[in-house]
Amino acid sequence: MKLHLKSGHLIDPVKGKDTIVDILIVDGKIERIGKSLSADRSFETIDLKNKIIAPGFIDMHVHLREPGYEHKETIETGCASAAAGGFTAVCCMPNTNPAIDEESVVRYVQEEGRRVTGGLVDVYSIAAATKGRKGEELSPMAELSQAGAVGFSDDGSPITNAEIMRRVLEYSSMYNVPIIQHAEELTMTKNGLMNEGLVATRLGMPGIPPIAEELIIERDIVLLRYIPHSKYHVAHISTTGSIECVRRAKSEKLNITCEVTPHHFSLTDDAVESFNTNLKMNPPLRTKDDVQALKEALRNGTIDVIVTDHAPHTIDEKEVEYAQAPFGIVGLETALGLAVTELVNKKYLTLNQLIEKFSINPRRILSLPVIDIQEGEKANLTVFDPGKEWTVDIQEFKSKSKNSPFHGRKLKGKAVGTINNGKSRFAL
Amino acid sequence: MKLQSRHLLGLEGMRKEDITLILDTAASFKEVLQRPIKKVPPLQGKTIVNLFFESSTRTRISFELAERRLSADVVNFTAQGSSVSKGETLKDTARNIEAMKIDMVVIRHAASGAPHFLTRVVEANVINAGDGEHEHPTQALLDMMTLREKFGKLEGLRICLVGDITYSRVARSNIYGLKTMGADVSVCGPATLIPKNIEKLGVRVYHRLEDVVTQVDALNVLRIQLERQKSGLFPSLREYHRFFGVTKEKVDRAPKPITIMHPGPINRDVELSADLADGPHSVILEQVTNGEAVRMAVLYLLGTSN
Repeated sequence: MKLHLKSGHLIDPVKGKDTIVDILIVDGKIERIGKSLSADRSFETIDLKNKIIAPGFIDMHVHLREPGYEHKETIETGCASAAAGGFTAVCCMPNTNPAIDEESVVRYVQEEGRRVTGGLVDVYSIAAATKGRKGEELSPMAELSQAGAVGFSDDGSPITNAEIMRRVLEYSSMYNVPIIQHAEELTMTKNGLMNEGLVATRLGMPGIPPIAEELIIERDIVLLRYIPHSKYHVAHISTTGSIECVRRAKSEKLNITCEVTPHHFSLTDDAVESFNTNLKMNPPLRTKDDVQALKEALRNGTIDVIVTDHAPHTIDEKEVEYAQAPFGIVGLETALGLAVTELVNKKYLTLNQLIEKFSINPRRILSLPVIDIQEGEKANLTVFDPGKEWTVDIQEFKSKSKNSPFHGRKLKGKAVGTINNGKSRFAL
Repeated sequence: MKLQSRHLLGLEGMRKEDITLILDTAASFKEVLQRPIKKVPPLQGKTIVNLFFESSTRTRISFELAERRLSADVVNFTAQGSSVSKGETLKDTARNIEAMKIDMVVIRHAASGAPHFLTRVVEANVINAGDGEHEHPTQALLDMMTLREKFGKLEGLRICLVGDITYSRVARSNIYGLKTMGADVSVCGPATLIPKNIEKLGVRVYHRLEDVVTQVDALNVLRIQLERQKSGLFPSLREYHRFFGVTKEKVDRAPKPITIMHPGPINRDVELSADLADGPHSVILEQVTNGEAVRMAVLYLLGTSN
């Protein structure tokens, strides 16, 4: 592999670089970075004029569905979707079957990722925090970390028992791994289908109140204050109140971080009046005010990371009555476009900040090495075109599932290539 | 005159002239119902399926009679529980039935939005006979017809819906329809059964019947389900009856008689006392008769517009 990336716009928030360069890559390593480099004919030249070269993006919240639900997605199709969306790494959430709660499953997920992508996409595991994600007994976190798990979560299910949550935070604090909480007070969300509020009232749909999310975050902050050496990360934050909780905890210097999905900052619960089941996700789409608060929180740094919560479901599973449909949508192939369109072009984030939220911050939270773009280092890069206009077409998705509410939406900004572990993929 | 939509999914967003057209058409069908021979030919050759995924006696019978009186061919499909628990999806059920060349579908389903979903998978006209807690448009239309007959107009009329508003599709359709027609609408019930932000629909909220009775021309009393008590939404039927049950004692405080409505079936002496239900100001049986006329009107307007 010999690549000559020509005239790309390198943005490296870590080194503070923001400049037009050529990069020569040989066998997966950055050989040279410089202005208008020349390279011999053995190099494949890729013209990256007006394209951004960034440290490789990681999506720390993906449901790859394998093992157990291969009819929705496999590690292979999920990784193909990730690569197409510009990600060089994904974290597989543990709600597989069996759950990722023992060493062999962590290893399987990692190795299968390496086998099917050849290294283009690194697949990490977020393992279960409790056995079987039941919220009753601690999972073997030490063993799971050693096998490669980078974080712990019962995602899909919150850890509701305060005593168990306390012990999960204490135990995990020994290994400097984050506990990722799906914050939902289940006693308040039973049968809930969408955000509780005017739209749910109009449609006669059982509501999921915003305070169900805020109550758990608030409780966890109390625990975190008591166990300050633990690391706590809020999954898919969605309400104004939740952001306020996190902001206050951060001002106390607690070890707290959070993430948001593109659908939560791009759509509101008004859209649900179509009864389109591709608008059914958990947490649900919230109000216009919440969307505004999420964008502000991205701008001021309260929200650290953008994740997709990529949740594939088949057409048959989704083409049912709203109440029957499973929660979740796919997101890997629309995330960057939505982030550029909704955040960068509307002046909430600079490209530099966007890259921090897609690459630098998640790696720091997961204690993964932050990507170093310099000569002699491994090339782990995401290349995207922030000006490219395109229309989302679910038929073009590499994901096995097509459950996206963004079909037909015009976006600006698209991934055009990734390089990782000596592999590359370009679609210019 | 034609309705704007080829389906009747709900009253939210329906134009005033469409509601008026249905009510006017219903008035002429009511005249048909007074004849010795109650059958007319407009839907001859049309096939209608009544898809009832939720138990219902009066709505199903009312629709079926309306269909037969318009000379349509009628098929009934009744299934308890969700389509999924039956092993076949709603989409498959509907498409299979449509493959038998059906012109119209009347659907009752426990899931809000099920009729809307149906319009995306079948070609037939779809009529919502009640979807979850969302809408029950023919019920609200028959309620409006009854009020219009009684008071001569809907505009400026003061109506209060009493009881479990959160879980009531009858309440929602009434609010949408009555507001469009210019009526003054309020709701009254325990705070636990009033949905969030309902006041943004332009209705006033009360928690004491005593405060309401002096302010209204009619009370539309909703059925209370015992299961709401089990899920912690009110303490007991006894307490409900004492504080939210519509009784003669409470309505007698009003300066003039209040018209009493109920969509049925009534829990006698729970949400409504028997003496009021059977009393001189009750229009409950008139509602049932008007239900026939309204459903004939809706079926006629949709079935003959294609």
